[in-house]
Amino acid sequence: MRRFDIYLTGVGGQGIGLLSEVIIRAGDHAGLPVSGVDTHGLAQRGGMVVSHVRFGALRTTPLVRLGSADLVIALEISEAMRALHSHARPGGTLVFYDTAWQTLSARLGKESSPSREDLEEACRKKQVRPIGIRKEDLQDHRMQNMVLLGRITRDELIPGIGKEHYEKAMDDLMAGSMLEANLKVFREMLEGS
Amino acid sequence: MKALGKTLLGRDPFEEIVIGNTALVRAMVESNVRVATTYPGSPTPEIASAILSIPAAERPFYFEYSTNEKVATEVAFGASINGHLSCVFFKSVGLNVAADSFVQLGLMELPGGMIIVLGDDPGANSSQNEQDNRHYTRLSCIPAFEPADPREAYEMFLEGASLSVLRKMPVIIRLTTHVCHAKQKVSFGGWDPVHPDRTPRFDPDKGPYVPIAGDALALKRRSLARLEEIRTYSENSPFNVLTDNGNRDKGVITAGLPFLSLMDVLEEAHERPDILKLGMIHPIPRSLIRHFLETHREVKVLEELDDVLEKEIKALAYDSRQDTVIHGKKELEDWVGEYTPDKVARVLNNTWPGLVDMLEAPERSPLAPRPPQMCPGCGHRSAFHAIRQALKAEDITVADIGCHTLGYLPPYRMGQVLLSMGHSTGTGSGLSLFNDERKVVAFIGDSTLFHAGLPGIVNAVFNRHNLTLVVMENGTTAMTGHQDHPGSGANANGPVEALSIEALLEGLGVKSIRRVDTYSQTKLLQAVREALEEEGLSVVIASHPCMLKFTREQRRKEGYSQRKVRIDQDKCIRVMECISEFACPSFQRDRDGNIFVHPELCIGDASCIQTCPTHAIVLDTEKKDSWEGEGS
Repeated sequence: MRRFDIYLTGVGGQGIGLLSEVIIRAGDHAGLPVSGVDTHGLAQRGGMVVSHVRFGALRTTPLVRLGSADLVIALEISEAMRALHSHARPGGTLVFYDTAWQTLSARLGKESSPSREDLEEACRKKQVRPIGIRKEDLQDHRMQNMVLLGRITRDELIPGIGKEHYEKAMDDLMAGSMLEANLKVFREMLEGS
Repeated sequence: MKALGKTLLGRDPFEEIVIGNTALVRAMVESNVRVATTYPGSPTPEIASAILSIPAAERPFYFEYSTNEKVATEVAFGASINGHLSCVFFKSVGLNVAADSFVQLGLMELPGGMIIVLGDDPGANSSQNEQDNRHYTRLSCIPAFEPADPREAYEMFLEGASLSVLRKMPVIIRLTTHVCHAKQKVSFGGWDPVHPDRTPRFDPDKGPYVPIAGDALALKRRSLARLEEIRTYSENSPFNVLTDNGNRDKGVITAGLPFLSLMDVLEEAHERPDILKLGMIHPIPRSLIRHFLETHREVKVLEELDDVLEKEIKALAYDSRQDTVIHGKKELEDWVGEYTPDKVARVLNNTWPGLVDMLEAPERSPLAPRPPQMCPGCGHRSAFHAIRQALKAEDITVADIGCHTLGYLPPYRMGQVLLSMGHSTGTGSGLSLFNDERKVVAFIGDSTLFHAGLPGIVNAVFNRHNLTLVVMENGTTAMTGHQDHPGSGANANGPVEALSIEALLEGLGVKSIRRVDTYSQTKLLQAVREALEEEGLSVVIASHPCMLKFTREQRRKEGYSQRKVRIDQDKCIRVMECISEFACPSFQRDRDGNIFVHPELCIGDASCIQTCPTHAIVLDTEKKDSWEGEGS
């Protein structure tokens, strides 16, 4: 298959690791060669966290090169802006959850967090398609990652991976009420318009 | 994944998507490792997490979190000379702690075999430097493999373990951060559990094991001879891979992850050099390399961090009078940072201009970086907030390693100097000499106290140094993922009696010890003020459980409901204490400058309430998970 590179980003604590793992396993269930790598360690304490996922690459590095991600998935709006500049490729897509965890600079009033409009404007300049999401009735913010995954699935943003692959991957990783709750959010997003 | 522990113990061959660290644990199982030890540190702590996914009773080998890397090495060594295959693993700088014992291992006969897994950290992602531990392989005469990905990590561990058992010598598996954490599908072999031999087989006649007087030199001779035998093995290792692109003009010699970056970059190259990827980085296969040099006009040595291979290969070419042009490192930046594909593209083009197309350099992000920070509710934040008020601007604060190191960042600026694990009391003692003007406060976490903090404290008592030590106690090894330590009441195998820090300090002769919960900021401030007035070493134990761990545990409980605080906008007069001084990340500001509490971040710990001079922070009695106000 053709290469497909994904760069995921957000803030430590937002559930990037799980989202990335679901995507990797879903790709594997769909029969795609896949590799990836996450940030671990110290940065997870409220710092910027990233994950790289590469489909179709066999014996190459798991790291996505700068400016070459086909899809950027961002769980937070400032990190979406950062990843747009560092990793999105022109012609690619940026899907982001519309929430802001302000950086210290923003909290101290030294800079302002980008608004959704700022980000969409920056995307247009870079010829990147922005898809912003916010699920108003989401009960547990820790499942924002599943909101994004649902939208990715509905819009077929990752070629070759379908609903059944994602659900199977979720079943590999979660159990009991956690699995049920995550599946519920995921499926609601599939039905949404 | 679910049921990882069960998967790791499968008898039949299987395939699974794993990170490098997890792949190693299956290799331990298949190699019939009997003893594994570690002290947690990135990038290797997930090796321990994978081991702990196997319930203690089913673990096919003994595992422990030792108090530090040196002790971990010694426990693994002791097991090995008793006939058990052992494995010790730790992070890059952990080897400095272990070094005093580690450098002796190459001299010893190890009947059980012993594997040392090193997690180097190019790019210093979670370390205080990016030291290249390949130097230690030379220093210690210990052979070393370097995998490029999880599959190789698994295969090289198996190979290294059998080599170690066969030759009765230690073997190193040198990983780097993005090999530890890279994820891919790995094909694992089957596993035949062996009935463990419990006979203690230590035999002093197999030594000598006491390398003093003439024996040290005899052991060195044996060690060097053994390494030469391994060189023959290294020449024939299937892990040396030649990629023949039919290029007799240009060749690249490399190893580990830079090989994969190279493969990536060369996909779109105008010309593809031949590649010799080394499986063993010590001892290197000289004949193989000599042959590669003979058959190429120019050879680039592509290696991350230091010029370890370059020097050896250049010396080899000199000795064999080869006139191949050998390109090593060209500029200072070649020594620095991880060899990502983008970096490798630059390095290659500096050697052979125009070899690969450079991607357009991305624009710089307009946003300030987002460094890690203390979590909402972190007891260290309360501690720093209070302690800062006890100090004058010119007083000196010494950081140590752990979550509390993050206090050096604005706005706290607590902890102005850092060397290594456990350094703070020693460094603080030095800062107190000829110093009657500026108070010295050293910090240390509880896990680090047990790890390497004790000698500095004994020294301060013994030599009557004048400083205050604040033990930032949170009951766990938080930064690396909440591993237990001697003070937490459990070890890797079950509950144990917690070691009391007070009793320990008293035993060491510390006369002044105070304990305060860090959420009681007024009491903590008072305790530190008093301690600072005392002569000699005074200790304040600033204690609060790690709230990240605590909150996670609470959330698993039935009927748990999340408390939050909120800002009473009628009382808030924008003093900004909560944002600019206390600086819990939950406090954010909207476009109009109003402060609001971010519902996704606040854990309802309420440690902030006491910091607001106008009492505008209040516990939210209404249960809701929606925005109080919003910037976008």
